[in-house]
Amino acid sequence: MYRFAISRLLQAIPVLLMVVTVTFFLVHSAPGGPFSADKAVPPEVIKALEEQYNLNQPVWQQYLSYLGDVVQGDFGPSFKYSGRTVNELIAAGLPITAELAFYAMLVALSVGITAGVGAAMRPNTMQDYLPMTGAMIGICMPSFLLGPLLVLVFGIHLDWLPVSGWGDIPGDKILPSITLGTGYAAYIARLSRGGMLEVLSQDYIRTARAKGLSERLVIIKHALRGGLIPVVAFLGPAFAGLLAGSFVVETIFQIPGLGRFYVQAAFNRDYTLILGMTIFLSTLIILFNLLSDMLAIWLNPKLRQEIRGTN
Amino acid sequence: MADAIEEHGTSLWKDAWIKLSKNRLALFGLAVLIMLILTSLLTPLIAPYGYETQDLDMGATAPSLQHWLGTDIFGRDMLTRIMYGGRVSLMVGFIATAVALVIGISWGAIAGFFGGRLDAIMMRIVDVLYALPFMIFIILLMVVFGRNILLLFLAIGAVEWLTMARIVRSQVMALRNQEFVEAANSLGLSEWTIIRRHIIPNTLGPVIVYTTLTIPSVMLLEAFLSFLGLGIQPPESSWGLLINYGVETMEEFPWLLIFPGIALSLTLFALNFLGDGLRDALDPRTSKD
Amino acid sequence: MAILEVNGLKVYFHTRNGVVKAVDDVSFSVDRGETLAIVGESGSGKSVTCYSLLNLLPKPPARIEGGTALFDGKDLLTCSAAEMRKHRCDDIAVIFQDPMTSLNPFLTIGEQLIEPLIYHPDRSQIQTRVEAKRTAVALLDEVGIIDSQARFDCYPHEFSGGMRQRVMIAMALITDPKLLICDEPTTALDVTIQAQILLLIKKLQETRNVAVIFISHDLGVVAGIADKVLVMCDGTIRETGDTDDIFYRTQNDYTKKLLAAIPEGAKTLPNRAKSDETLIEVTHLKTYFRNQLNTNKSKENRFVKAVDDVSMEIARGEILGLVGESGSGKSTLGRSILQLAPTTEGSVKFSGQTLTGLTAKQLVPWRRKMQMIFQDPYASLNPRMTVFETLSEPLLYHGLATKKNIANQVRQLMDDVGLSQAQLRKYPHEFSGGQRQRIAIGRAIATKPEFIIADEPVSALDVTIQAQILDLILELVERHNLTMMFISHDLSVVRYISDRVVIMNRGVIVEQGNTETLWAAPKEGYTKELLAAIPLADPAAERKRIANI
Repeated sequence: MYRFAISRLLQAIPVLLMVVTVTFFLVHSAPGGPFSADKAVPPEVIKALEEQYNLNQPVWQQYLSYLGDVVQGDFGPSFKYSGRTVNELIAAGLPITAELAFYAMLVALSVGITAGVGAAMRPNTMQDYLPMTGAMIGICMPSFLLGPLLVLVFGIHLDWLPVSGWGDIPGDKILPSITLGTGYAAYIARLSRGGMLEVLSQDYIRTARAKGLSERLVIIKHALRGGLIPVVAFLGPAFAGLLAGSFVVETIFQIPGLGRFYVQAAFNRDYTLILGMTIFLSTLIILFNLLSDMLAIWLNPKLRQEIRGTN
Repeated sequence: MADAIEEHGTSLWKDAWIKLSKNRLALFGLAVLIMLILTSLLTPLIAPYGYETQDLDMGATAPSLQHWLGTDIFGRDMLTRIMYGGRVSLMVGFIATAVALVIGISWGAIAGFFGGRLDAIMMRIVDVLYALPFMIFIILLMVVFGRNILLLFLAIGAVEWLTMARIVRSQVMALRNQEFVEAANSLGLSEWTIIRRHIIPNTLGPVIVYTTLTIPSVMLLEAFLSFLGLGIQPPESSWGLLINYGVETMEEFPWLLIFPGIALSLTLFALNFLGDGLRDALDPRTSKD
Repeated sequence: MAILEVNGLKVYFHTRNGVVKAVDDVSFSVDRGETLAIVGESGSGKSVTCYSLLNLLPKPPARIEGGTALFDGKDLLTCSAAEMRKHRCDDIAVIFQDPMTSLNPFLTIGEQLIEPLIYHPDRSQIQTRVEAKRTAVALLDEVGIIDSQARFDCYPHEFSGGMRQRVMIAMALITDPKLLICDEPTTALDVTIQAQILLLIKKLQETRNVAVIFISHDLGVVAGIADKVLVMCDGTIRETGDTDDIFYRTQNDYTKKLLAAIPEGAKTLPNRAKSDETLIEVTHLKTYFRNQLNTNKSKENRFVKAVDDVSMEIARGEILGLVGESGSGKSTLGRSILQLAPTTEGSVKFSGQTLTGLTAKQLVPWRRKMQMIFQDPYASLNPRMTVFETLSEPLLYHGLATKKNIANQVRQLMDDVGLSQAQLRKYPHEFSGGQRQRIAIGRAIATKPEFIIADEPVSALDVTIQAQILDLILELVERHNLTMMFISHDLSVVRYISDRVVIMNRGVIVEQGNTETLWAAPKEGYTKELLAAIPLADPAAERKRIANI
C-alpha cells in the first residue's frame, strides 16, 4: 500500500509541473502588463517595478527562476498588496478556508449519508420521497442563491444569526457552513441512495438476512461498506468543489479566507498572487483526489490485494 | 401460406417514451424546457418592454400589473430582463454541452472501439485531466483573456467532456463484447457497418441521459462565474448576473433576488427531473418486467 | 413427524402490469431427516415458495396472500420480526445458488461464518469470537476446506467456485439448523464440482439428521438424493409423491413432459459424416491472451493459454460435440476456428483453404459459409433491431437477396425455425428465451452456410425449451446438410446430439472419438471423472452411482 501510494504521488509530479507551466504562461501571455491599469505611474517607476519583479528578463528565464522558487515553496511577492508575499497571504487565508471547508464537509456527509441511506432503506415511501425531493432542491439551489436567501431569512428577517465575518461573533460560522455544505449534502444523499440501493439488491444481503442478523447489522456491517464507496470516491471532487464554492461563500459572508483573496486577486489582476494561489490550490486538489481514490481502492479487498500483488 | 397480419412490435424507444409519459415529474420538466426554449427564441417579439427601457419614475417597484415581476433600481422591467438573461443562460447551456458532446463522444468511442494501447493512453489522459481543478482554471482564463463568451463556452465544454468520454467508452467496450456484435462480426460486416448499425443505436440512451444532465450543470457553472463577476458581462445579461445584482439590494428589494433565483432553480429542476426520468425510462433493467 | 407443514400458501407479486400469482395454493410437508425436492422450470414459483417461509422476499412487490407454514407447530408467516430472526438463526438455513454473489466480497469468510454465533438474538447463546472461530474452523474442515485455520481470514474472491459453495454450506450449518433449504446449490458449478457438492450435502444431512428442501430445475440432480419430489409449474403443484413414484409411475402430463425433455441416451439419427471429406482442419492451433491481471511478471504467466496446441478435423456432414468445463478453452477454440478470436500460432483450413492469416476483407466470402449460434439469447440479438432487420442483414450484406424478394426469404426463414411470420416486426425483448434462440438460429442459417458452431446454445434455456431447440437444430442440420461443432458443458446434451466427441481441459484436447465408443470405454482419467459425474434421471441407477463414489 505504501509503495502504491508513493508511486501514485510520483505520478502526480508531472501533472503538477504541467499545472505550474500552463498557469505561468497563461498569466504571462495576458494582454497588458500588470501595471498598465494605473495610468498615472511614470515610466521610470514602472521600470523600477519591473526590475523588482524580474519582468525585464526573457520569459523563459522568468519561468525557470519562478519554478525554482515554487519548488522551494516560495511564491514570491504580491503585486498589489505591497510588502506582503503570496506565502503570507495564503498562510493568513488557509486556516479560515480550511475550517469552513471542514464544517461544510461535515454538514454534507452527515446530512447526505443519513438522508441517502434512510431513503434507500425504504424506497418509494415518504422516507424516500421527502429527503430526495429535498436533495433535488439542494442541487437546484446553488450556494450563491441559497446564501443570500439564508441571510435574508435568518439574518435580516428573523435576526437569529450573524451574516458576516468568521469567528468574530458566536454563531457566525453557521450560515456559511450550511450554505457551502448544502449542495454537497444533496449530491451525497443521491449518491449514497443509489449506492445503497445497488448493494441492498445484492444476493449477499439476502444471505446476511437469512443468517438471522438484525436489520441494523445488515445495513451497518454488510451494506454500508459497498454502498458508500461511490461517496468515498466523490470526496476528492467534492473537496475541489468546496474550494471553488468558498469563493462565493466567502464573498457573500465577507470571510477573509483564500476564496475571497482569489476573487479579489482576479479583479485586481494581481498576477503573482493568482499564479501562486492557483498552483497552491491545484496541488491541494490533486492530493485530495489521490487520497479519495486510494481510500476507495483500500475499501475494496479485491483491489487492495491486486495492488499488493503488483508491488 | 397467405400473408398473416403482421403485428408491429414496440421498439425500445417507443417503450421508453411510454414509460416517460407516465412519469409526471419528467413530463413537467419536458414542458418547462420546451416553454423555456420557445420563450428564449421569441424573446425579442414577446418581451413586454425593451431590454434597456428605463421607466425612471418607477425606480425599484414591487410586482404590479404593469410590471409583473417588478422593476429594478433603474426602473427596468424585471420580466424582460429575466427573459433576456434566460436566453444567454440557455445558450451557454446548450452550446457548451454540444462542445462537450462532440469531444466526449469522439474521444470515448475511439478509445472504446479500438481498445488496447490507444485506449490506455487516451483514458490515462482523461484521468489526468480529471484530477485538475478546472474551476480554478476557468477563472484564470476569464481573468487573463477578459470575459469572452465564446471562451466561456469552450472552457466549460472542455471541462464537461471528460465524463461523457468515460460513459461512451464504457458503453462501447461493453457492446463490443456483446454476442450480437460478435454475430455481426461473424457475418463479415465491415467495422463501419457494425459501428453504425449495432453500436451507435445502443449507446444513444446513456448519451441522451447524460446530455440532459450536463445542460443544468453547465448552466450552474455559468451562473456561478457570472455571479462572481467573472462570466457574462454587462450589457449582456444572464441569470447569474441578475442574482448578483439582486443580492446587492436584497434588503430593500427582495424580489430582485427572488425572481431570477426562481427562474434559475426552476430550470435546473426541470432539466434534472427530465434527466432522471429519461434515465429510468431508458434503463434496460427496468424494461424487462 | 413433520417439521415443516405448509398449507395453502399463496404469494402474489403486485406489479404495475397487474398481479402475478407466483405461488398459488401450495401445500407440502417435510419430515425430520427427510429430503424434499421441489422441481420446476424458471418462473414456476419454486424459489419464491421457500423464500416466503423465511420472509426473504422483497415486499413490495411480493405479498403473502394466504396460507400457513407451521414450523414445529409455529406459523412462520405470521410470526414477529424477532421470532423470525430466531428461526433464521437457529432453525432454518439456506444455501443459495450462486456462491459468487451470495458471499459478501467486503468481509472475510471467517467473519461471515461466525456472525450468527456472535450476534445471536438470544443473549444467553452469544459466543465469544474465539469460541465461534473454533466452531467455524472445525466446520470448515468438515466441509472439506483445506488449511481451514489460514483460510478463515481470506476473502471470498480468493476461493474457487466449488470452495465458495463449501463455505456457503458451512455457513448454513454453523447454527445446527433443523431444516436446510438448498436453492439450486450446484447450478452455477461445473459437473465434477457439482457431483462433489451433492455428495457433501447428502453426507452432512445424514450425519446431522436435518430435513432438506432441495430446489432444482434438473430432475436428474434430485433423483438420487430426494425422498419426495414436488413438481411445480406456474405457481401451482402439478404432482407430488415419493421419488420412485414420480419417476417410474408418473401421473401428471407436465411431469411426463419434463421427464421426456431430459436428453438421454445416444443420438437417434444416423451419422451422415463423409469420412473421406474433411471440411475443417485445425493444425497446432494456439490462441493466447495477454494476462490482464498480470500480478507477477514472470514470462510464463504473461499469457493465458486458452487454446494450447490443438489439432483436429471435422468431416463434412458430421456433428462434433466439444465438451469441457468452464475455463477449458472450448469457446475460444470455436471462435478461433471462425477467425473471431486472433490466433497466435497454427492454422485453420476450411475446405482446403487456409483461413488463418487472411485479412478481414479476404475473409468475407468465407464468413458466409461458416456461422455461429451463441449462448445467451438475450445478448445475441441487437435489442434495437426488429426480427426482420436482424434476419435480412446477412442476406442483403452477402447479396443473397434483393430488396424485392427479401421479404419472402425472411418469411421462409421464420418458417424454417418455427416462428410465426406475423411476428416479423417485433423486437427481441418481446420474445421468450426459446423464441429468441430460434431467431438467432435463423440468422445463422440465413446465408446457407456449410458449417455452424453452436456455443452452448441451450444452456440458458429451460429443459422443455432446451429439448425443442435441440430437435430444431438436428432437423436443420439434416435439412440443410450442415456440418456442426456443438460446444457444451453438458455431457448428456452432447451425447444426444453428436456423432463424435472431443473432450477439452485447460486448453488441450484430452480425448476424442466416436460418441458411443467413448461413452462405453473412456481411456483418460479426466474423461472417466467427467462421465462418472453425470447425474442420471433414474433414482435406482442414480442411488447406485452415488453409492459407488
